Amino acid sequence: MNTTATPILDSDASAKPAQGDLGDYFALMKPRVMSLAVFTALAGMIAAPNPVHPVIAVTALIFIAMGAGAAGALNMWYDADIDRLMARTAMRPIPRNRLAQEEALAFGLVLSIGSVFCLGVLVNWMAAALLALTIAYYLVIYTMWLKRRTPQNIVIGGAAGSFPPMIGWAVATGGVSHESLLLFALIFLWTPPHFWALALVRSRDYERAGVPMLPVVAGKDKTRTQILLYSVAMAAAAVAPGFFGPGGMVYLAVASVGSAVFIVLAWRVFRTRDGSAADKEARRLFAYSIFYLFGLFATLIVEHAAGWA
Amino acid sequence: MMAASEEQDTVILTPEEKRRQRARSIAIALALVALVVIFYLVTIVRLGGNVFNRVI
Repeated sequence: MNTTATPILDSDASAKPAQGDLGDYFALMKPRVMSLAVFTALAGMIAAPNPVHPVIAVTALIFIAMGAGAAGALNMWYDADIDRLMARTAMRPIPRNRLAQEEALAFGLVLSIGSVFCLGVLVNWMAAALLALTIAYYLVIYTMWLKRRTPQNIVIGGAAGSFPPMIGWAVATGGVSHESLLLFALIFLWTPPHFWALALVRSRDYERAGVPMLPVVAGKDKTRTQILLYSVAMAAAAVAPGFFGPGGMVYLAVASVGSAVFIVLAWRVFRTRDGSAADKEARRLFAYSIFYLFGLFATLIVEHAAGWA
Repeated sequence: MMAASEEQDTVILTPEEKRRQRARSIAIALALVALVVIFYLVTIVRLGGNVFNRVI
């Protein structure tokens, strides 16, 4: 762990933090990650065979969002030291001295316990147990254990981001099935190429903070190979719901075309290794990966809402 | 003497800090109201027609 690097911002870490405003608390919840969790949970819920009452569905989504936000706040509490060192994270509320670390911890704990309890009482305890597992996994397994120790951090840690569709499915069915596990597998295999594409461009940032991301530890070429391999595995996982459920024919068509484009972009990242062109290809794959995952889950939602599946 | 030392220990908030504190208090109050509404609605949904099905 490199502790000699200087922070990105000039803010004095020992100074008394200001009283944050509501925007700072919202930022603690990592709204973009939270929105992806809510969206994939909604897809899991709609794709499930049992219809969910709209009030129960909205209630479940509120507490899933709260739980995802809690995990984000706890991650920012624990990672405040390295967040100060990376350009991507230096504008978060704690590095900017807008909030004290203990505030983030208290906020995260209250939201965690509250969201799991309310989801359990109001919806069902299987969904609540999966939400609790997601928060614990993200905080303990990923943030505390893997992130600073191994380049496999986002491979194993990626499971935390893969649970939301399973939670959505559990909201509707009260259980876990092969269909919800397939949706889990899709996000699980999507995470490495998605994050490594970003890490290729931001490797100096990670190096500076002492985070052993794959490009820092194994080099960019090895990362490019891994991106390509994972993209192929992800493509297989992406089309699987089209054959084994919960996706239908429309999903299968979208997943096939979308995954083929993903592999082509991953191939271009693999082939283009020098200069700004290499960065450009990595950025393109990163941007496309977000659009791709959003597109697949949006297709699932539309297909089930329209009764095509 | 006692009053003077107590005064020194008191945290005096700036107007901006007071505004933020007030905004946070309002947000917590709204969240609690929202929680009450959610519990009420879910209870009604879960009970469904059974709410009229009782021995008087």
